[in-house]
Amino acid sequence: MDNLKYFLKRLLQTIPILLGVCLIIFLLFHIVSGDPTHLILGKNATKQQMAELREQLGLNRHWFIQYLDVVKSAFTFDFGSSWATKQNIANMVKEGITPSLTLTLPAFIISTIFSLMLGVLVAYYRGGKVDRYVRVICICGMSIPSLSYILFFQWSLAYKLGWFDISGYDFGFPNFIPYIILPGIIWIILSIGPDVRFFRTVILDELYQDYVRTARAKGLNEVTVLFKHVLKNTLIPIITYVVIQLPYLILGALLLESFFSIPGLGGLILSALNNNDFPVLKAMAILSSIAIIIFSLITDFLYTLADPRVKLK
Amino acid sequence: MIESVLRTSRIIMDKIIEENPISDSLYKSAFIRMVKDPSTMLALTVVMIYTVTAILSALGMVATDWNLEVGTSYAAPSLEHWLGTDIFGRSVLTKVIHGTQVAMSVGFFTCLIAIPIGVLLGAIAGYFGGIVDDFVVWFYNTLSSIPSIMLIISISLIMGRGLLAVYVALGATSWVNLCRLIRAEVMKHKNREYVQAAHALGAGNARRLFRHILPNIFHIVIINTSLQFQTAIKSEVILSFLGIGVQGQPSWGTMIDDAKLELARGVWWQLFAATVAMFIIVLAFNILGDALRDALDPKIKGK
Repeated sequence: MDNLKYFLKRLLQTIPILLGVCLIIFLLFHIVSGDPTHLILGKNATKQQMAELREQLGLNRHWFIQYLDVVKSAFTFDFGSSWATKQNIANMVKEGITPSLTLTLPAFIISTIFSLMLGVLVAYYRGGKVDRYVRVICICGMSIPSLSYILFFQWSLAYKLGWFDISGYDFGFPNFIPYIILPGIIWIILSIGPDVRFFRTVILDELYQDYVRTARAKGLNEVTVLFKHVLKNTLIPIITYVVIQLPYLILGALLLESFFSIPGLGGLILSALNNNDFPVLKAMAILSSIAIIIFSLITDFLYTLADPRVKLK
Repeated sequence: MIESVLRTSRIIMDKIIEENPISDSLYKSAFIRMVKDPSTMLALTVVMIYTVTAILSALGMVATDWNLEVGTSYAAPSLEHWLGTDIFGRSVLTKVIHGTQVAMSVGFFTCLIAIPIGVLLGAIAGYFGGIVDDFVVWFYNTLSSIPSIMLIISISLIMGRGLLAVYVALGATSWVNLCRLIRAEVMKHKNREYVQAAHALGAGNARRLFRHILPNIFHIVIINTSLQFQTAIKSEVILSFLGIGVQGQPSWGTMIDDAKLELARGVWWQLFAATVAMFIIVLAFNILGDALRDALDPKIKGK
């Protein structure tokens, strides 16, 4: 009962945030940006044409009505059509989700599991040689620009050695697999550094708690302490870290998708950027914000499952 | 009787003071700790070299002739051109130096915009609480619900491409984390004894907040700055690569963008130069950030 009440309360709290997201997007695209008609029609448009287009796009209405339109689109997912391709935006997004997720989801799962294992290993050997080497490799790896990784691996593994296709994508299982392996590997390499560092810090923070000393004092060996006691108690930060990243997977990997010509949502954003396609950018901003809001709700709720002590307030 | 007690207590006090000299301040002990660590000093030196290079370049004293044709197109690195030349025969070394100016300026102006916003909003929200706090929390929760890449792309598109848009976009999106930290810390500090003492002495809200609380939590700002600076540099490279950063002048991002087509022709030096230049400064900020956190954050001392 308490849980249900908390959940409803938390759900209500997201409404002002969603309205705020719509307000920021509205301010950016409707107020700050000024008149978009000459962006669509080009330099040689007549006053007459511009006035007609303004009427057609509904830009002559009161600003509050236009804001309500933005809010409405967040609930109905009806974002109108793109300025560049004239396609329905909701359909464009639907088509883009699959390629994005086929790339990001497997890569994310593998890199998270691998980093967590490495994090535990490093925490186990804390202060020793393994720990030091892994930390140095992580910090150096994080300092190399992500663009350079992508360029280098695409050039060396795909272009020089010919192990993978340079770019492209095919729909349907298992056709897409050959195209996502190389970008997937690059994703994993890119995320290992920060992930291992995070998991190591979280586990080490926990290792200095009193109950760990108690566990050791009663004669448990280090492996049992680490896996049965410490890892269980680090669940909350780890869950947060993992779930918070999920909405960004839907958003796709902007750079990877552009390098490997994967027709996902990242590519959609980039082409919208290059075509000054305001409605698509607006739709992507709203949709990704909704995803982030939903997943932060889920995180909060998972807390109670992971740790019964967390009293929902 | 009283006199002898007083005399004894004075002797005891003198002895205590003699045995416990005044300990170093947080910043002094942090400074000593950092000076003793060679990797930290190396990182600090690197940051200084980059800063000086950027300032000299901005003042027009080095790398002003990056647009000059100094050799043949795509000349490989040699004694004459240490890092080779690009498609127009321009020196890659000069371009990298000019890119340093762009990168450091983005880091600097982003921090200049983001840190005052973060500190001010966080401090006010944490100190006053109530409706002010509700508003600030709503504001940063809202802002952080929009993926920053979407905000940055939108702001750059609307303001027109160029460095100014990058400063504003990165500055406007990167204050949230600092604001959260400052707010939480101010909330912890505002009921401590030293603040109550200041209140008893007649200090007003502004004086208590800015003169008493903020100096005590300022280390958070310092630790955060080094993180923010390198994030801004990384973002600038990606934005320039996407074509919404610098226009009409070289930056590490546009150099990597050029390299996209050059690699297939065996021209690796432009990618190499930009990558190494960026790697060194980001690594230096990473090391410096860790060292600052270890030295300044009292919570993790002794681990």
